[in-house]
Amino acid sequence: MKVAFWPGCVSKGACPELYVSTHKVADALGLELVELEEAPCTGAGVLSEQNPALADSLNGLTLAMAERQGADLMTICSTCQGVLSGTQFHLANDPARLARVNETLASSGYEYRGTTKVKHLLWILVEDIGLDRLASLVKHKLTGLNVAPFYGCYILRPEEYLGLKERPERSTYLEQIIALIGATPVEYLGKSKCCGFPMLTMNREVSLKMGGKHILEAKSKGADVLVTPCPLCHLNLDGQQPDAAGVMKQPLGVPILHLPQLLGLAFGFAPEDLRLNHHVINTKAALEKVELKV
Amino acid sequence: MKWTIVVGRYDKDQPAGSGYPPPFESAAAKRYQTFEVDLPEHAMVLDALIQVREYQDESLAVRCACRSAICGSCAMWINGHANLACTSKLRDFTVDGKVTVESPPSMPPIRDLVCDMTPFWQKNRQVRPWLEGKEPVPAGEEYRVPNAAMENLIQEVGCISCGACLMDCESFAVNQNFLGPAALAKAYRYTADPRDAETRDRLKTYSEPDGVWDCTHCYECVQQCPKGVAPLEQILKLRRMAVEEGFTNNAGTRHAYAFAESVKDSGRLNELTLMPKSFGLLNIRAQLQSLPAAFNMARAGKLPPLIHKKIPGLARIKSIFAKVGGKFK
Ligand code: FES
Repeated sequence: MKVAFWPGCVSKGACPELYVSTHKVADALGLELVELEEAPCTGAGVLSEQNPALADSLNGLTLAMAERQGADLMTICSTCQGVLSGTQFHLANDPARLARVNETLASSGYEYRGTTKVKHLLWILVEDIGLDRLASLVKHKLTGLNVAPFYGCYILRPEEYLGLKERPERSTYLEQIIALIGATPVEYLGKSKCCGFPMLTMNREVSLKMGGKHILEAKSKGADVLVTPCPLCHLNLDGQQPDAAGVMKQPLGVPILHLPQLLGLAFGFAPEDLRLNHHVINTKAALEKVELKV
Repeated sequence: MKWTIVVGRYDKDQPAGSGYPPPFESAAAKRYQTFEVDLPEHAMVLDALIQVREYQDESLAVRCACRSAICGSCAMWINGHANLACTSKLRDFTVDGKVTVESPPSMPPIRDLVCDMTPFWQKNRQVRPWLEGKEPVPAGEEYRVPNAAMENLIQEVGCISCGACLMDCESFAVNQNFLGPAALAKAYRYTADPRDAETRDRLKTYSEPDGVWDCTHCYECVQQCPKGVAPLEQILKLRRMAVEEGFTNNAGTRHAYAFAESVKDSGRLNELTLMPKSFGLLNIRAQLQSLPAAFNMARAGKLPPLIHKKIPGLARIKSIFAKVGGKFK
């Protein structure tokens, strides 16, 4: 299967481990990634709130680039997914908005006809590749590891952008994958809530409390690690975790794994190859639980 | 048909139970009690609660009046998210054989499923939810506005003040001073009303700390609002209006401008400069506060590349900015 691949800015910036592990897992799955190197940042909802027309055009361009590849557009970030799904939703339901985008894009050599499907890696894993095929690739079951899913807001809400009305089961894919690789999904309220990242610069304390609260809840339910399909959640939950612990006045110390890192471990890749030694929160103890070393 | 409903019970005079999730230990401790009810397939969560109160435990406190999504009194947490009990079907919310209902932990509890709505009303009052009429009043007649000017406000007018949005607001859950989704949506309704004389003053106040920039963009309020008010969308409109009115001396505005500049100049986000620019380069305290995290990340090998690369085909991006970049041109 071939997909047009939008890696997002963060996997090319502060979360290189996501980029690397995505490629590892894609190779194992025979998923051909055609990277859209000329596609722009989605604006992460920040540009759209101040200038919807600008964000429409930037994301319209990315959708048009994928359309030209004749393949689905794959994201590896809940935020990118949410923003691109939102654009796609608006352009599909508002012909005038689509016409304005194409007018802006005219000189760029691209036109968006509205046929691209935008899918997060998480959805591709379950809907296109299928759990059976994933199971057949598992070489190292992560038995005994308690994994708390953390979805990130934009892959779940608003439902109508993300096809959750037609496919409500999309809000359970992480748990399904966790169970499939032999680990135990941890059930907790925070799994569908906000990591606090969008507020980090506006109100640092509130942002850290938000993320810290969910980590603490997961930990109290026995989580050894959290897994997330969103690198922005990862930045707040991993990168800021020591600071969050300070604000919460509680020790946290829960490693935050990217989805392809978790899957990669089960596929038998070495932790270093998935760059699990490049986290702020050390992954050693969690890996030892499943007889792995970094 | 048999249904199982787990109810979070709270009574300040009764010894507390356990089982409350730890992040909310500041919230009241509850005791979870399981009830079985016999109701048809299409029954609502509220039907089950009334059944319990009428036939099993008359001490159960639950608030409801209209039973048809009009009065807004039955909002509560159903499986960890706020919803109207009177429009939530048992069959849609039964997970692993049960539905769990409780008063939301971010609201002060009164008893069982009844929480104190004081914070909700206080925030409402704080945004001055009334028209400050323009002077002079048109002689001998009423204020007239074109229909088109009001169309944008209709969405908020659907609000039934149930408080579901506030109950699920992630920002309010950790910062009780945040004005919150319902009040800010109402604020937009008056700010954007052409008859209002205080637009500028309102925007100034709403831009202050605990106002529009304290929304974390989690879409919980959009998802949970039973009336399609989409409070977040109204908050974003207020942000836009505030920036356009010149209330730009805040991290939110700086963040948006730094973001846009980075995308315009390189096609993607420059994580290295975004944070410092958002704090404001002279905001030494914030800059210092962010240092430990930056240091931890650098040590883990997670620093973004020091030389920020431009994407190929940047001319396309520049041309988009030139055409529709607006204030980001
Ligand atoms: S009882 Fe009135 S809204 Fe539910």
